[in-house]
Amino acid sequence: MSSASAPVPRPAATPAVLRRGLRVIWSGIRSQPRPTAVAVLGSTLWAAATVGTAWAIGWVTDRVIEPAYLNRSVTAGGLWLIFGVLFGVLVINVTGVILRRVWATVAGFNLQAQYRRDVTRQYLRLPLSWHHAHPSGQLLSNAHADIEATWQVFNPLPMAIGVVVMLVIAGTMMVMGDPFLAFVGLLVFPGLFLANIVFQRFMSPRITQAQQLRAEVAEVAHESFEAGLIVKAMGREEEETERFRKKTHELRDSLILVGRTRGVFEPVIEAIPTLGTLAVLGVGTWRVSRGELAAADVVQMAYLFSLLAFPVRALGWVLAEIPRSVVGYDRVQGVLRAEGSMPYGDVRLPEVSGPASSELRDVVYSHEGEEQPTIRGVSIDVEAGSTTALVGPTGSGKTTLTNLALRLVDADSGSVHIDGVDARELARGELPAVATLVAQQTFMFDDTVRGNVTLGADADDESVWEALRIAQADSFVHALPKGLDSVIGERGGTLSGGQRQRIALARAIWRKPRLLVLDDATSAVDPSVEQAILAGLREAREGMTVLVVAYRMATIMLADQVVYIEHGRVVDRGTHGELLQRCKGYANLVQAYAREAAERAAVARGEVRDS
Amino acid sequence: MSDVVDEDQDREELPESSRIEQQSALGTLATLRRGLELSPEIKQGLALTMALAVVATVGRVVIPFVVQQATDNGIMAEQGVDVRFVMVAIAIAAGVVLITSLAQYFVNVRLFTAAERGLATLRLRAFRHIHDLSMLTQSTERRGALVSRVTNDVDTVSMFVQFGGLMLLISMTQIMLSTALMVIYSPILALVVYVCFVPLALLIRRFQPMLGRAYGAVRARVGDMLGAISESIVGATTIRAYGVEDRTAERIDVAIEAHRDSGVKAQIRSVMAYVSGQAFAGITTAIVLVVGTVLAARGSLTLGQLLAFLFLVNLFTMPVLMATEILNEMQNAVAGWRRVIGVIDTPADVSDPEDGIIQRRGPITVEFDGVSYAYPGGDLVLRDVDLRIEPHTKVAVVGETGSGKTTLAKLLTRLMDPTQGRVLLDGDDLRRIAFSSLRERVVLVPQEGFLFDDTLINNIRFGKPSADDDEIALAVTELGLDAWIEGMPHGLQTQVGQRGESLSAGERQLVAIVRAYLADPDLLVLDEATSAVDPSTEVRVQRALDGLTRGRTSIAIAHRLSTAEAADIVVVVDKGEIVELGHHRDLVWAGGVYTRMHASWAAQQAG
Repeated sequence: MSSASAPVPRPAATPAVLRRGLRVIWSGIRSQPRPTAVAVLGSTLWAAATVGTAWAIGWVTDRVIEPAYLNRSVTAGGLWLIFGVLFGVLVINVTGVILRRVWATVAGFNLQAQYRRDVTRQYLRLPLSWHHAHPSGQLLSNAHADIEATWQVFNPLPMAIGVVVMLVIAGTMMVMGDPFLAFVGLLVFPGLFLANIVFQRFMSPRITQAQQLRAEVAEVAHESFEAGLIVKAMGREEEETERFRKKTHELRDSLILVGRTRGVFEPVIEAIPTLGTLAVLGVGTWRVSRGELAAADVVQMAYLFSLLAFPVRALGWVLAEIPRSVVGYDRVQGVLRAEGSMPYGDVRLPEVSGPASSELRDVVYSHEGEEQPTIRGVSIDVEAGSTTALVGPTGSGKTTLTNLALRLVDADSGSVHIDGVDARELARGELPAVATLVAQQTFMFDDTVRGNVTLGADADDESVWEALRIAQADSFVHALPKGLDSVIGERGGTLSGGQRQRIALARAIWRKPRLLVLDDATSAVDPSVEQAILAGLREAREGMTVLVVAYRMATIMLADQVVYIEHGRVVDRGTHGELLQRCKGYANLVQAYAREAAERAAVARGEVRDS
Repeated sequence: MSDVVDEDQDREELPESSRIEQQSALGTLATLRRGLELSPEIKQGLALTMALAVVATVGRVVIPFVVQQATDNGIMAEQGVDVRFVMVAIAIAAGVVLITSLAQYFVNVRLFTAAERGLATLRLRAFRHIHDLSMLTQSTERRGALVSRVTNDVDTVSMFVQFGGLMLLISMTQIMLSTALMVIYSPILALVVYVCFVPLALLIRRFQPMLGRAYGAVRARVGDMLGAISESIVGATTIRAYGVEDRTAERIDVAIEAHRDSGVKAQIRSVMAYVSGQAFAGITTAIVLVVGTVLAARGSLTLGQLLAFLFLVNLFTMPVLMATEILNEMQNAVAGWRRVIGVIDTPADVSDPEDGIIQRRGPITVEFDGVSYAYPGGDLVLRDVDLRIEPHTKVAVVGETGSGKTTLAKLLTRLMDPTQGRVLLDGDDLRRIAFSSLRERVVLVPQEGFLFDDTLINNIRFGKPSADDDEIALAVTELGLDAWIEGMPHGLQTQVGQRGESLSAGERQLVAIVRAYLADPDLLVLDEATSAVDPSTEVRVQRALDGLTRGRTSIAIAHRLSTAEAADIVVVVDKGEIVELGHHRDLVWAGGVYTRMHASWAAQQAG
């Protein structure tokens, strides 16, 4: 699901990356000491048991099997001894594997869960401007794929630690057996390590590229499916498939390249221990022939060696994960270290129930990365208990003003006040408790109708139904199979646009806010329903201050004051009648339909007369 | 997706047939077979790859065998160490290592290449098929889940092939070879080994579906978790406006915990499956030693033979353990494959006809002939509609929420097919017209015209990929939108952001209109296409569109009755039926549904 992620070059397994990777691993171990300890203990048991198996077979051969062969007889006790010794080693081995693998997973998943909690806390804490600057696909990928990549290394880690233990045991045994032969044999390990490093060097950039292309494929697919309706309506399936084919084929070629690289290195890495075994055998035989070594020692050494060949690759797995882990960690840290939180003061508003006043003073605001401000010095005074309509052409900055009034974003300069208090001085949670927004784009939680209205607060059904009634949503909610308990899906997908708007409206009304801000909140409902909603609001707005963005005359007519905006500036303010008289832009806008109708009527009359 | 389902339609009632299959119901083998059928490239040259794999495997068995021979008959030879024998053996082994490595390289490369080619084909097929599915079918699944069918799910298969495919192939061959060697060495002990492994085989069969379910659960939890996390991102504004950060955090934590628990649970099962294999291998070794000791004591086996056999048992159990592990992993890949196959095998209920009619461009006649429509499992939303629209007509469809007017638009553009009756264009049934011809002649502008994360100009060009910059600039001017474009930071080159979110809802609608204007269809269907645009811009755009639609046919669905006032014919839909038909000036006084609607519209307009 990693989409829209910025191309981050993945470093190869250079010493610096290795060092940083070990630091990441260490920080993980520190925050999960117990599971890691258990996993490492298990791994040590497994390592000991693996070497122990060779020893056990040698021991029972000496004690039981050889005498049995020579004496042509064996006792039941002898057979039980064979079984018992091997079974004992097996139990240790199996216990070790269980402890190692289960607790390694526990540690890894705990770390993932912990980082996901931390990252999502940041998402909830950081200001909207930060969200606007980061594509949602990337944030989702930070919370999922990047965290997974960071801690994936915990899967092979305990085994690798066990392998180190095994190497120490086996190495000691070899050195004690014959230092010269041990030296020959142990040369293989630096060779293996070196091959792994070279492998990673080649592999890292290729895997990075493949990973990046995977993200791009996902991005194209996501956008294309989201555009499904328009693709169909315009018959652009072929073009879209072509767009997807290009990326898919790039990914395919990149993966084949990865395959080729693996194809070269895998046989090499597999062949090295085998060649080592052959070297030990060759040199050993030579020394045995010169009487410097016992034949049995060479055999034991060769066996130990073949035993180590496979597990040693676990070290390679860890090495392979480290670059991925470092990149993932860096990307996650990018979120965790993000600054620019919205600072809160500690002023609390007195608990009164009357309407609140709202004021914007000389507010200037520009979207991030844009040189021209969207809002260029706006002052609006909304008196407690009054209704103010914001009117202006498409793209004039009305939505931004509603966001400013509710301090969803902070102004570059100027100030916003609620009941005379600077919004920036209010304590966290104070503003949402007083003022509520119904946005143009409605957002539905993946929850029941009730949950979407109350947002988790305790509520009796009656109050929920009452809010739904005012929002004209009661009848269709009644018709849903489970009424208030019907789950409405992702982004409210099971409802139509108009229905979602009405639920969002009910959500705001239910809270009985002291300041209600409506941003073209009824654009998707038809006129008669809208009329009913407005009538309901007129009753309910006792004790409520309303700021409403509107085009339609009926909504504007509710307002005590109309503020007309163009290009982020207040052009005029006053009653509807006053503005109609003196503000040409305003009159043009709100009378557009009437004028159009009049002209048409005139044309029609003309046609009638002509005929 | 709001525009996909008509108001008051309840999707929870849809029957299975129109849904995308969660995953195909095929068994493991059938899945593999169907998977290979959909990716024929995988099978290409597979015989040679297999032959090379056998060579590579022979090496894996021969090398330890030679080493063992060198040890037993060279170093441990009864008449003293035989240096020559050992050196020859080592030389042979080294040669085999070389051949094996080469063979392995070729197998790797051939396998990866074939698999990736095949999976690219699979990805493309799934992608195209998802676009070919009707809107109704598409809407039965979350979009993120659809995306994962062409990404994560295919990746799972690819990763399995890259990491597990080769090893599985080699392991299987090695099991067969080492079995043969064991039988040659000691048939009795070979039998012992196989008897010991029968219970393992049975156990694995039991473990497989358990693991499959566990992996399936992890997948589902990942989806839930991503859904919960995305609320904190997509719903950022709402969450802040309502101060519900803490509640959202709680919901996310629940999903994160559930994912972790399911992951640990699946891992425990997989460890248990692996460990039981290991236990069987260990017990088998012990039993072989016990039985071998008895045989040795009886004199029917030498000590050397027993130890050599023990060595063979190891050659046998290693690949068995490996194969068990890979088969477990395979459950994950098969689950992914099933999901991709599931989507490809979902029938497209609205499909491009074979040998479809290519119609001539020009004036267009539209006809509804006894058309009824019901959403699957739902009541009729359109009832026996008859309607004939002559060329050069400007039609407005009005009606209350849920009256069925959007359904009318969707039937007309063949986003859905009627349950009964026919929709005809110039006398041809819509279902018989080639998509390419239909989409050229008929274009729908929906309420939420999607914008791509690109520049304004490229988004407009979507309507006519061949249009050059001047043509687009001209279209903007003709629609009277040049002033608006000039107000943009970089004019037509302005980036619109993801889903066009840097623009306001009204601005996005304007882009969609220009797009359709550029496409220049014979029939333009506007479904609430200007609902968020300010009145004066709307009137301006509408006039320009009249220019476009003059001589063409246009059908507009609108809440704002200004559209109806300007239309040649007003079609009034109520409860799925056409109740009134005629010109505004006649209907407005007729005292019917339209009169009522117009009154409430007029009341809104009254200054």
